[in-house]
Amino acid sequence: MIRLPLWIFGAILLGGIVHLSTVLAMPSAATQDAYSRLAQIVPVNAVVPLAAPSAQDAIMPFMDPAFAVAVCRYDLSTGALQLRTPLSQAYTSVTFYTRNSVAYYAINDRAAGRRAIELDLMTTQQHALVPEEEDVTAADRLIIESPTSRGLIVLRALAPEPGLMAMARGALAGAQCRIEPMQQQ
Amino acid sequence: MNVRLFFGSCFTLLLAAAIGLGATWLTLTRGVAFGSLTIGAWTAWPRTGSVDIDPYARATIARTGELPIGTGDGVAFYARTDDAGNAFDGRCTFVINGMTPAARYWTLTLYDLQGRLVANAIDRHGFTSAEIMRDATGRFAINIGPRASPGNWLPSGGIEQFVLVWRLYDTPIGVASLTTKEGPMPAIVRKGCS
Repeated sequence: MIRLPLWIFGAILLGGIVHLSTVLAMPSAATQDAYSRLAQIVPVNAVVPLAAPSAQDAIMPFMDPAFAVAVCRYDLSTGALQLRTPLSQAYTSVTFYTRNSVAYYAINDRAAGRRAIELDLMTTQQHALVPEEEDVTAADRLIIESPTSRGLIVLRALAPEPGLMAMARGALAGAQCRIEPMQQQ
Repeated sequence: MNVRLFFGSCFTLLLAAAIGLGATWLTLTRGVAFGSLTIGAWTAWPRTGSVDIDPYARATIARTGELPIGTGDGVAFYARTDDAGNAFDGRCTFVINGMTPAARYWTLTLYDLQGRLVANAIDRHGFTSAEIMRDATGRFAINIGPRASPGNWLPSGGIEQFVLVWRLYDTPIGVASLTTKEGPMPAIVRKGCS
């Protein structure tokens, strides 16, 4: 019986390993994460407006009902992505998520400082291929590096009052995301 | 001796699986995450909206399917109890009032524990900073309860427990904010239960 504490100690150590590995494996094992939910209704490399959340139905939990939301599910394997979204009157933001829902970049209308948010999204390898002069002349174009080749861009426009929801949805209806095939050198 | 070794190993492995999986289940359902910022009854996890997100928050998000608000966009504060620690019971009336931290816009939304909106007769699920009714000094009061009340009424639909989420957009509050001096969050007080 003197061995029992030793067995329990071993079990706690092993249990710790089990715990850490299941936590770390969860993002790649999840089947109901945001990307999987959206993959069923959103085509690749196109801006699609999402239905407003209601008590009966919502695509994702904890969505802010004061916002009109549109999503671009991107895949950069065939080229860099150009994103352009007009600004609504109140507040507009663009957030970039990896395949596993990590928000790696977000920008709002004030930071964009213009009538529209215009961005180029590319992988690190694609960014390295951009000629340097072009990088300088295109300094007014914002280049974002995506850590993964697939992910989500979420466009949000605030409706300060329920009556302005149509305005917010209208602003996002003009948004575009499209693949620009890599230029041949 | 070998029998004892066999049973000991089985016991250890079963206990290890129970401890490991139990701990994972507990942390993911309770929402354990590091780097929290608590002001009164409100708690935010600003790092969850950035690449510095910790493994527990990543796992929680993967399981629930939500997309966290990005750090460059804003910050979300969650409350499950009032200032005195009373859980948000949909059959009780709670009053929120006071000041909000600096932000261009904010929204307040009521959800059930799973993050779904709550059905109610007037189809109201929250307020924005633009539509809230304020007094002459710019302060406001929000009544949360099952029955209609004058002023800013946020219906709780009488559900057993709800969560409030206060989202600040375009705000200086974020990962660098470590003290509660940065911004006063509104106070929450329970008024009575039916």
